[in-house]
Amino acid sequence: MSNAKKALLTGVHFMNGDEACAEGAIAAGCRFFAGYPITPATEIAEHLAERMPEFGGIYIQMEDEIASIAAVIGASYSGCKAMTATSGPGFSLMQENIGLAVMTEAPCVIVDIMRGGPSTGQPTLPGQQDVMQAKWGSHGDYGIIALSPSSVQEMFDLTVEAFNLAESYRVPAMLMGDEVVGHMWERVTIPSASEIKIISRKKPNVTPDKYKPFKPDENLVPPMACFGEGYHFHATGLTHDERGYPMTQSSEVQSKLVRRLCDKIDRNADKIVKVQQVMVDDADVVVVAYGIVARAALSAVRKARESGIKAGLLRLVTLWPFPEKQVAAAAECAKAMVVPEMNCGQMVREVQRVAGMKPVAFLSKLGEDPHTPLEILEVIRRSA
Amino acid sequence: MVLEELVHPYSRYLRSDMMPHIWCSGCGNGIVLNCFVHALDELKMDMDKLVVVSGIGCIGRTAGYINADSFHTTHGRPIAFASGVKLANPELEIVVISGDGDLFAIGGNHFIHAARRNLGLKVICVNNFTYGMTGGQQGPTTPRESLTTTTPYGNIEHPFNLVHLAAASGATYVARWTSLHVRRLTLSLKKMLQKEGFCFIEVVSPCPEIFGRRNKMRTPLEMMEWFKRASVVENFSDPSKADITPQRLVVGEFVDVEKVSYEKLLHEKISQINEKSMRW
Repeated sequence: MSNAKKALLTGVHFMNGDEACAEGAIAAGCRFFAGYPITPATEIAEHLAERMPEFGGIYIQMEDEIASIAAVIGASYSGCKAMTATSGPGFSLMQENIGLAVMTEAPCVIVDIMRGGPSTGQPTLPGQQDVMQAKWGSHGDYGIIALSPSSVQEMFDLTVEAFNLAESYRVPAMLMGDEVVGHMWERVTIPSASEIKIISRKKPNVTPDKYKPFKPDENLVPPMACFGEGYHFHATGLTHDERGYPMTQSSEVQSKLVRRLCDKIDRNADKIVKVQQVMVDDADVVVVAYGIVARAALSAVRKARESGIKAGLLRLVTLWPFPEKQVAAAAECAKAMVVPEMNCGQMVREVQRVAGMKPVAFLSKLGEDPHTPLEILEVIRRSA
Repeated sequence: MVLEELVHPYSRYLRSDMMPHIWCSGCGNGIVLNCFVHALDELKMDMDKLVVVSGIGCIGRTAGYINADSFHTTHGRPIAFASGVKLANPELEIVVISGDGDLFAIGGNHFIHAARRNLGLKVICVNNFTYGMTGGQQGPTTPRESLTTTTPYGNIEHPFNLVHLAAASGATYVARWTSLHVRRLTLSLKKMLQKEGFCFIEVVSPCPEIFGRRNKMRTPLEMMEWFKRASVVENFSDPSKADITPQRLVVGEFVDVEKVSYEKLLHEKISQINEKSMRW
């Protein structure tokens, strides 16, 4: 059996979300995983520890999450598609080096299977409390991409997507799952190789003497040489020019670099953003939800329709960049918006920001199972 | 021949367009860089396969000065970053050059674990006893009773003995020299670059501008005179007794053993698993 065949388990499977994420990474071409055990993400590491050696991939358990993300950035610069997976406490530890990945434009995937925080919090219960941290967790201004899976199938699909986006934009891409989608068992269809779209980073098409490692292309993304390819390039977390040389005293270089790091995500948002819209077109009440909560929201929307309320669901598949256009358009036509979240109010701030004068009802849930359809239905009724 | 036409034989190892360097006069970092470049040249190192990784601090700028693939990480993380580089491409020769604060305070955990795994990284720690770039604070190697900006009444903390720590953590090669020992340091660097597994060289280096001037060694020469006066070469002596005091500065090679590297074990394991699954 060839290595490629062993890597991709084409077919229908019954697996949990963490395993589906691991298989998605393998399908996307990930050949390096570094991580540290943490509930409820450990199964991703365990699965990859078993699977990676079967086709020559590298699994390593590092001494902590700081080392894990640092090793992932190193592997990415060695030319590997690389990933780490963690939960809230580990995600916090990774934040400084997520900034390094942003600054040195290292394509990588970071999976956060969210549990209840802050601090050690509730290791075995779901949460959506890290979604703002995904965007703002490291210091300084920058853009990243974050996706939110609602099912085990999406744990597979969106992990593939996260790799493609990370490689396309030379940016950390985050898969913001939660304990329920991580541990839930469902049917997963793994497509054949020809059905899976794989994107790899753009390589330089100039000779090493002409190569500038941080000179962007038309999409604001610099083509990427890797270590050992003869380019002899330098990369640093310091503010740097297109050569990669430190320019810590130049306001011009700082402004140009940091604005590009933000713009390369913002200006490509139309290509990046994905939402799922169900009965939104004529809806009076639009529920904006993501992750596991969106499944209860869909059920609530259907029940509302049965009782004569024109409700719709706008599911955020992409959390960052925030799907502003789609949410604003839905708000324009609706009378009210409803946002259920397993936190004290995070993405609801973004919805409020783009919803204009339309009322936005927020339904918070903490410390237990996700919202039930009836809980969301009740708020839809009050908002209609 | 006019002067402009003269090309230094080692200039191909350096990024001349990044010069002048940031280091103070009297700093030992340039000496270490010089010895390293000598070692590369004498070994006819394939510069396409060399990756130099540094952390934060004065010596952290070294990565940028060497004309190879190079990366300047966040503070304390060069070994963790380098671990990913090496595992993803074991053909590369990875040299980590960083300081005592970067490698042993904020980054201490990564050092002991990479040494324990015996991952094939070559680590050079330039130990100047202080945080030079931030203006001279106490660090993990600052000697007892030294004056620094954060120990204005004298340091009460015990410093790490880096060679003892490296040996205890599992390094296959451990040596200490000072920036006065350029010939021995260069030989040691050459030896390290040819060895398998995790290797460590500590270079005790003068920082007259930031550390020396507060500790009765105001000029570069006074710090070098201390190294000359106090250094004793004690090869393969017990690293736990390798003191650094005003009277006695023990240098030499302390460990030189053969031990299979992590990356080799990992790839052997991968081959075994592949063969096994082929049989099934």
